[in-house]
Formats: sequence, C-alpha cells, structure tokens
Amino acid sequence: MVKQGPGAPTRVDVIRNLLQRFAYLGLILAAFGLMMLGKAETVIVEEVRARINDAFAPIMEAVAEPAETVRSYLNEGRQLIELHEENKRLTEENQRLLQWQTAARKIQEENEILRGLLNYQTGPDASYQAARVISDDGGIFSESMLIYAGAREGVNNGQAVITGEGLVGRIAGIAYRSSRVLLITDLNSRIPVMIESSRARGIMAGRNEDKPVLTKLPPGTIVSPGDRIVTSGHGGAFPQGVPVGIISSVDDVTVEVTPFVDSQRLEIVRVVDYGLDGILDRHRLKTDLPKNDIPKKIEAPSPVKAEPMRTVVPKPGAERRPSEP
Amino acid sequence: MKPAFWQRLDLWARNISPVGLTVILILLSVIPTHIPGYASIVPQLALMGVFHWTVFRPDLFPIWAVFAVGILQDSLSGAPMGLNTIVYLTIFGVILGQRRFFLGKTFWVEWLGFSIICAGAAVQAWLLLSAYHVHLVAPGPVMFQYLMSMGFYPILAWVMGRWQRSVLR
Repeated sequence: MVKQGPGAPTRVDVIRNLLQRFAYLGLILAAFGLMMLGKAETVIVEEVRARINDAFAPIMEAVAEPAETVRSYLNEGRQLIELHEENKRLTEENQRLLQWQTAARKIQEENEILRGLLNYQTGPDASYQAARVISDDGGIFSESMLIYAGAREGVNNGQAVITGEGLVGRIAGIAYRSSRVLLITDLNSRIPVMIESSRARGIMAGRNEDKPVLTKLPPGTIVSPGDRIVTSGHGGAFPQGVPVGIISSVDDVTVEVTPFVDSQRLEIVRVVDYGLDGILDRHRLKTDLPKNDIPKKIEAPSPVKAEPMRTVVPKPGAERRPSEP
Repeated sequence: MKPAFWQRLDLWARNISPVGLTVILILLSVIPTHIPGYASIVPQLALMGVFHWTVFRPDLFPIWAVFAVGILQDSLSGAPMGLNTIVYLTIFGVILGQRRFFLGKTFWVEWLGFSIICAGAAVQAWLLLSAYHVHLVAPGPVMFQYLMSMGFYPILAWVMGRWQRSVLR
C-alpha cells in the first residue's frame, strides 16, 4: 500500500471510494431483500421489527404521556368556554340514556329468563388489558400504531383492540412490552362484519383511506346509509356484536363505512382477550391476502346471473343492541 | 491522559450528533400528536435530516447511518421493512453526486434542491408501496405529505444549520 501525504488522491482513496460504492450497492440490495422477506411474511423480519420497537417503546411512552397532559390542559381550557352548551347537551343525553337504561334492564331480565328456558350457553368471558397508544398511525405507509403492552401483559396476535366507541383493529405483531395494532382502515385489514338490522354478513376491507368498504355481501342485501355495522364473530377471531361503524355512502359497487373510532384521537385502548384462538395464530396469520376483493370502480355488467337471488330477511326480534363490552 | 480522554469523548459526542438528531426527528414524527388529519400527512422529518447532513457533513453521516435510520423509520412507523431505507439510500447517492450544486449557495438554492429531491423520494416511495401491496395506493396523501415536508424544511434547516455552526464547528 502506498502512503502519501495530503494532496493528490492516493491509491488508498481510490480503494476507499470503491469500497464505498460496493457498500452502497450492497446496502440498497439488502434493503430490497428486506422488503421481499417482509412481503413473504418471514418471521425474522417481524422479529427484528419487534426488537427495535421494544427498544424504543419506553422512550415513546415517556414522551407520549406529557404530550397528552399538555393536550388535556388545552382541552380543559376549551371546555371551560363551552361549559354551558356542553351541560345542556349532556342533560339531554342523560335523559335519553335513562330511557335506554330502562329498556335495557327490561331486556336483560327477559333475556336471562329466556336463556334459562333454553339452557343457553353464553360465550367465553372476556379479559381486558388497557394500553397506551405510543405512536401515530404510519401515515401513508401503513395504518397501524404501537401500543405499550406486549407479550409481557399477555397480548397475543389476532386479539381485538377496542375503545368505548367501538372496534379499533387487531393485534398484528407483538414484542415483549409493545405491540402493533393493525387498524381497520389498513389495506391488509379484513374484518368479518354484519349489518346490525338485517344481520347480513360481509367482510369489511380497509383501503389505507379513512373509510373502509363492505365486500362479499350476499346478493340482494339491502344496504342504506346510516345502517350500523357490527362484528359478526365469524372466523372465531372476534366476538359478535362489537360496534364497528355506520354505512356512510352507497353506490353501485362500493359501500363505504365510517368507523365509530377516530384513530387519530386514541390515547388509551383496550386489548380484549375473548379466549378465542380463532384463525389468527401465527402460522396461519396472513396479512397479505390478495387485494382483488376490493370492488373496482368500473365493472362490466354481467347479463346472466348464475346464482339465484337470495334475500336476507331480518329475524323477528333481531334488532337488539350490541352488548357493550 | 485524562483531559485527552474527555476531549475525545467530547469530540465523539459532537460527531455523532447528526445521526442522533435524525433519530430524534424519527421519534418526533411517530409520536402521537392527536391533531386530526395530521397523522396521514406528517412531514418526512427523517428525510430532511438525511438530506441536510448528507449535503453539509457527509463525513459525519456515513452510509451505514443512512441504512440504520431507514430501518428505524420503517420499523417504528409500521411501513414495509426496507421501504424508507431504499428511499433514503437513493437520495443519499443522488446528493453525494450533486453536492457541489448546494455548497456555498443561498438558502433558496438549498430549498429548491430539497424540493426536487423530496419530490423524487415521494414518487419513489409511492411506487415502491404500490408495488409492495400490488395495489395502486391513493396518491393524495403522498402529495400532501410532500407539501408538508416542503413547508417544514426551512424551520428544520435553520435548527440544523445553527447546530452545525455551534456544535460541530
């Protein structure tokens, strides 16, 4: 190796330059390789991601809490101004809720008597794990967020994540003390749901946009804006009747759902363990299902309908409320 | 040898600060802000860090740091692993080739350069994401994110410029 003083580029510089170039190409290839491995759902990529998330989770948790505190102070100031109106609104709401309470009590009693008559087995009891949200959703790249609860707290893949308002998403990726929640708006999210009034079943598919769409509805289902969507409990992943959203617009091919939960305002969520193993154990968990079940805007009308029309008739007395978890 | 040791530690801490600042930028961009609509268009803060330090102090922002920053961004934001890494490595390569264009010019030239490179990065990210999902992702949020990044750049560039002058000397 020739060593020279500062001045003209030496052989060492040339070698260093070459090495740098190789490193550059190598790292780009490595990044591409990682993407491919991730696409193929390799465990090692998930494991690396989990480790990194876990390492940074305590920092993010520590920052998220004061940020929340500041925000809550600001909120309090705003609420002070709107105190009068808020009071009026709450009084009205309270009256309405009291009526509902009476109705609910009556129905609960009736329900219990009928259950006794039928020797009905209720579903498994749920256990909850509250967790703080420590990251925003991934913006344009993914609709998911980190929560500060993981394997340590008994969180498991596929468990439902809810708030008082409704379904947030499900756990997709756990680390020791943090885990990732796949929101219902994510492109990879498919939730078995039903229309509450007609009990028509379908799949709610996310699109990486604010509003997921309903697909796979039985032919002849009548949907209209304002219909409530709840989980159907099919597939054994989620319990039945968790509120999801309301239908906000219907056109020829797409049925859009506005979720009840605004994912950008989440602070604390609940991870629910219903004791259902469901279809979502690690070996069968496939988040990358083919995307062709989202209906295309342009669709050639098929003149011949092979399947006979099925009309979904609402069962008598089917208009019960979803049980608040 | 004590003073020499402390001096070395001090120098080391200063030299590692560009990477450290970029890591802080990543954390800032994923922390929940609870501002409605903000999350989907949060500016690409880490990209600004990569851009600034590659232009002004490439000696303190080596290629492995770019790679590590990309991996960190991907894993915290939940993006497909490797996506942002490829984007950052690409702009790193482009900037190293075009560094003379930026050095010693006014801030406007720097901003113009950033806007061009950021646009390229946004398009690349969008293409990669669409290819990954085998599904055309809506381009609207990418566009807004690009505009947000443009708007935020002067503020961050000022902070990082001050840092560069006072800490790195």
